[in-house]
Amino acid sequence: MRVEGAACVNEPREQSVLRLEGVGKSLGGRRILNDVSLSLRKGELKVLIGPSGAGKSTLLQCANCLIRPDQGEIFLDGERLNQHNSGQLRLFRRQVGMIFQDFNLFDHLSAQGNVSIALEKVRGLSRREAGERALAELARVGLADRAALYPAELSGGQKQRVALARALAMDPRAILLDEPTSALDPELVGEVLAVIRDLAAGGMTMLMATHQMDFARALADEILFMDNGRIIEQGGPDVLLRQGAGTRTLDFCTRLSLELAGRDGLKANGLELLP
Amino acid sequence: MLEDIYAVAGELPYILFGSLITLEVVFFSLALGLVLGIPLALAQVYGPPALIRLVGLYVWFFRGTPILVLLYLFYFGLFIALRLDVSALASSCIVLGLTSAAYQAQIFRGGIEALPHGQLKAARALGMSDLQGIRHVILPQALRLALPGWSNEFSILLKDSALVHVLGVPELLAASHHVASRTGGHFTYYILAGLIYLSITLVGLKLLRGLEAKTRLPGHAHA
Ligand SMILES: Nc1ncnc2c1ncn2[C@@H]1O[C@H](COP(=O)(O)OP(=O)(O)OP(=O)(O)O)[C@@H](O)[C@H]1O
Ligand SMILES: [Mg+2]
Repeated sequence: MRVEGAACVNEPREQSVLRLEGVGKSLGGRRILNDVSLSLRKGELKVLIGPSGAGKSTLLQCANCLIRPDQGEIFLDGERLNQHNSGQLRLFRRQVGMIFQDFNLFDHLSAQGNVSIALEKVRGLSRREAGERALAELARVGLADRAALYPAELSGGQKQRVALARALAMDPRAILLDEPTSALDPELVGEVLAVIRDLAAGGMTMLMATHQMDFARALADEILFMDNGRIIEQGGPDVLLRQGAGTRTLDFCTRLSLELAGRDGLKANGLELLP
Repeated sequence: MLEDIYAVAGELPYILFGSLITLEVVFFSLALGLVLGIPLALAQVYGPPALIRLVGLYVWFFRGTPILVLLYLFYFGLFIALRLDVSALASSCIVLGLTSAAYQAQIFRGGIEALPHGQLKAARALGMSDLQGIRHVILPQALRLALPGWSNEFSILLKDSALVHVLGVPELLAASHHVASRTGGHFTYYILAGLIYLSITLVGLKLLRGLEAKTRLPGHAHA
């Protein structure tokens, strides 16, 4: 559909980079995702929150077709993905980065090897070019001096930053992050969030499941609250998390911070909240 | 005494030739087992249900049938029926190799299944095809994990290789048996054979240990 006149000027900005329409998924006879639609415009950061088992991981993996949705459509830059065309699927996945809760680094490769392997095997760069690009990406996440180390020699925070470098090296149109800091010791959360914050500032399009509410409040363009496989509330943090907003989102976040405070008991002021 | 030693020395070339045949049998059987074992393992982990059942059948058959039965069956039965002119040596390597493939498949399957699920997922998320993921991510790690079990398979296969003397392959046991009956020095030549088997095991396992050490990943040493 052509849009006339002035609207055209805005079109490239307004068009979504990644869009899900009516995505559904059943696993083991249970409906785990139900008619989920969302869209990410260029440079947007949307945050996905919700109780455990809500379907956040499933949704993120459906969004780059690691799990194939059994209903709905996915669009990248307005183009519908045909998930049965394996060539198109691979091209799509390489343009949509994925960050996992437990890093999933390749243990048999150095940090540099982790970043360069797909550059070489998927994008067809020469070994030297791939190695150089990998170093540049590692530098971008502050790990230039760790390039030769293997995953077993890195801290959790460093591993997750290597994973980010690995995703960034593919020049993705968008990045999906599944609780990127949940497996980290509290003191390592900050360094990973700092990288993500830089990415957001640099205009990267991202969808991120997280329990880091201060991060979400400060940086999210929109919060999507999920429960039982559906997005049940969505809106800017200022709307959903406003004092007395009476939303499920606010309710959930309040309980979350109480739980955290409870767990950390006396050292509550050690809570790792973002600046 | 001195004469005895001269006598044994005189038979040595024959026995050493037998040892070479044994090494040959072990090498080709292990190689065939490796080349078949890896795809069998991959099929068992990633294949469709029908293929998994088929591989299961294969593994069951070759693990469940005595090697002697297979040697007779293939050499005197199958190859003749198919009008194939396969030497006793080649038949032996084929039977031991097919059997080893069944065991090696289980060793490699163990290695593949020990890897976290996320590995192949991460490879796919980078745009790799499943084949690329298996080639560049799964196998390099799974083979490392499988190496200790594989060393075991080497030492078992070495001993199984003695069975092929029933087809008249002049390997180490057959050669020793031959010399022993001819000279009557049973004690001497069977001890010699045993020592040679032990030495091959020793050297082979040392080499494989070396390979393990060489391929061990940084940060994975047991202090
Ligand atoms: N392969 C599967 N087969 C059956 N059910 C599954 C499968 N994978 C996930 N589920 C179920 O789907 C639901 C959603 O899981 P999912 O991991 O997406 O939740 P989540 O919101 O990411 O939770 P968490 O916060 O704990 O990570 C859960 O109830 C889970 O038990
Ligand atoms: Mg999850």
